[in-house]
Order: sequence, then C-alpha cells, then structure tokens
Amino acid sequence: MQQALKPTHPSRRFSQVLAYTPYLLAGVAFGVIAIRSEISSWYRIQEMFRFGSFHMYGVIGSAVLTGMVSLWLIRRLGLKDKQGRALRVEEREPGWRRYIYGGTIFGLGWGLVGACPGPIYALIGSGFLSVAVLLLGALLGTFTYGLLQKRLPH
Amino acid sequence: MSWLVQPWPWYVAGPLIGLTVPLLLLLGNRRFGISSSLRHLCAIAVRGRVPFFHYDWRAEAWSLAFVLGVVIGGFLAGVVWPNSHPPQINPQVTAELQRMGLEATQAYMPPELFSLASLLNPKTLLLLLGGGFLIGFGSRWAGGCTSGHAITGLSALQLPSLIAVIGFFIGGLVSAHWLLPLILR
Repeated sequence: MQQALKPTHPSRRFSQVLAYTPYLLAGVAFGVIAIRSEISSWYRIQEMFRFGSFHMYGVIGSAVLTGMVSLWLIRRLGLKDKQGRALRVEEREPGWRRYIYGGTIFGLGWGLVGACPGPIYALIGSGFLSVAVLLLGALLGTFTYGLLQKRLPH
Repeated sequence: MSWLVQPWPWYVAGPLIGLTVPLLLLLGNRRFGISSSLRHLCAIAVRGRVPFFHYDWRAEAWSLAFVLGVVIGGFLAGVVWPNSHPPQINPQVTAELQRMGLEATQAYMPPELFSLASLLNPKTLLLLLGGGFLIGFGSRWAGGCTSGHAITGLSALQLPSLIAVIGFFIGGLVSAHWLLPLILR
C-alpha cells in the first residue's frame, strides 16, 4: 500500500500498462474465436446438451488435445519463465466435493442460459447487451460464494 | 477473405482455443481461466472487507486485461465484421426448441431470451440473473469454469478438473432437459 501512495513516474506507469498488452491481445483473439466458432451461441450449447451435433464436442476435444500436446512439448523443452521457474499448470487441491458440487451448480447455469464466462464477455462486446444481466448475476454468485465459502464442503 | 466472416469449423476453432493454454504460460506462466476475473472484479468492489476477496488483485490484473480483450474481440467479430450466417443447428434440436416456445432459430441468440425488450419480462430477467448467479457461484466453488477445468485442467491431466467437468455435464443435462422446459412452459 505504501508504494501506491508514492507518485509513479509517467513513463514507468506507461510501461506497466504496456506489460498487459500481450494479455489484452490474447483476449482479443479469444473473443473473435468465441464468436466465430459459435461456442458463444445459446443454440450451440442447447444442441450439445441434446446430443444434436458433434460441433461442441469437436471444439472442446480438439482444444484439450492441442493443450495436452503443447504442455507435453513445454515440459519436454524444459521452458522456464523470467524468474527461472518451469512453465507449468498449477496443481489443484485434491478432493472431490467442491468439484462435483460446484461443477454441477455451474452446469445448471450453463444449461439454462447457454453461456459460460468467456462467451459472456464476448457476447457483451458483440452487442448482446442483455448478457450484461448474466455478468451481473455471475458477479453476485461469485460474491455470495465468497461470503459462504467457510460453510460449504470442499 | 470470406473465411474471416464465415463461421469457423470445430477443427479450426478447437486447436486455436487449445493454444491459449501454452500462450498464457509463455506470456507469463499464467493458468488460463476466465471465471477468476469475476473474483478479481468482486475484490476491487469490496476492497478486502470479505476474507475471500482480501488479496492483491493488482497482481492478477493480467486476467482483467485478458477479459477486456475478449470484449473487444467480441465487438470485432460481432459488430465490425459479423458472422455471415446464423449457426446451422440440427433440425431435430430446432424442433425441440420450437416446442418450448422459441420460434426464431435464424439468429445467433434467441431473441425471446436475449433481446433487450425481453428483459422487460420478469420471468426472462429472473432466468438470466439466476442462470448467471449459478455460473458465478458454481465456478468459484469448483475453482474454475469451462476454460479453467474443461480446457486447461483436462489438458494437464488433472483429476479434480475431470470431476468438475462431469459436474458441468450433469448440471447442463438437468437444465436443458428438465429445468428449461419447465421454466419456459
């Protein structure tokens, strides 16, 4: 907090903002893909849960396969970050309760409104302003979890 | 250049989405996951007054830059260069949806649920708000959503993510086949 009070030199602040640009651009690419691949369409999600087409299974399956091969390559090449730590996907805490309970509740919402968090952002950008209600609901849900966290099984 | 505005087939879109996992690792050793941005937005709003939101969200600001990018990407692909035609949905599914009272399936999203006018209908408003709530609550409880568990977690062969994805599907099937028809009727 002490540091935040010190006035930051404008050029330093500029370079801090610049450091986020690659993440912003990665997000732009993801947003375009989310719309073009139709994974953001409510109809496609309903079609998936009604086993009406291979489309969504193909998207998710080939995404996972690509991720798997890339992670294997990254490990094989021993790639490291600037601090010298190996590039790796953090492990999750073990257990099953939070994953099955939380996952099922997430799925109930996914099946009802046909959008998960990525598409929610992409749809708002693409002009479906009513999806802002989904975002508001999701923020309220996240906040409520934060209040109840200690009382829920994990 | 027409491929740019045409819907992309799964075998183009899927691998591109999968590449987000190594891309974020290469950019800064970050784990791809979108729902955590919701937590950071809450953390900004409550300024640490709730223990779960008491952490330095600035250290996670990359996630907010990413989702801001997703909004911009949605704008480019949906407003500036919109898709040339609506999703081609299986006719049997279309017929099922029509039986639930959704007439128009010639759009990207059903106007009965997602037009601005539909928000004036209290039932629709509650459906969207409630559905969003379940997404936010469930993804935080499970520690991730489709991107964090289904894409990243499964790619890394993590058992907790497989359990979460099984949950996603149980919930989705219950909603699509039972809850949604019950609500829309």
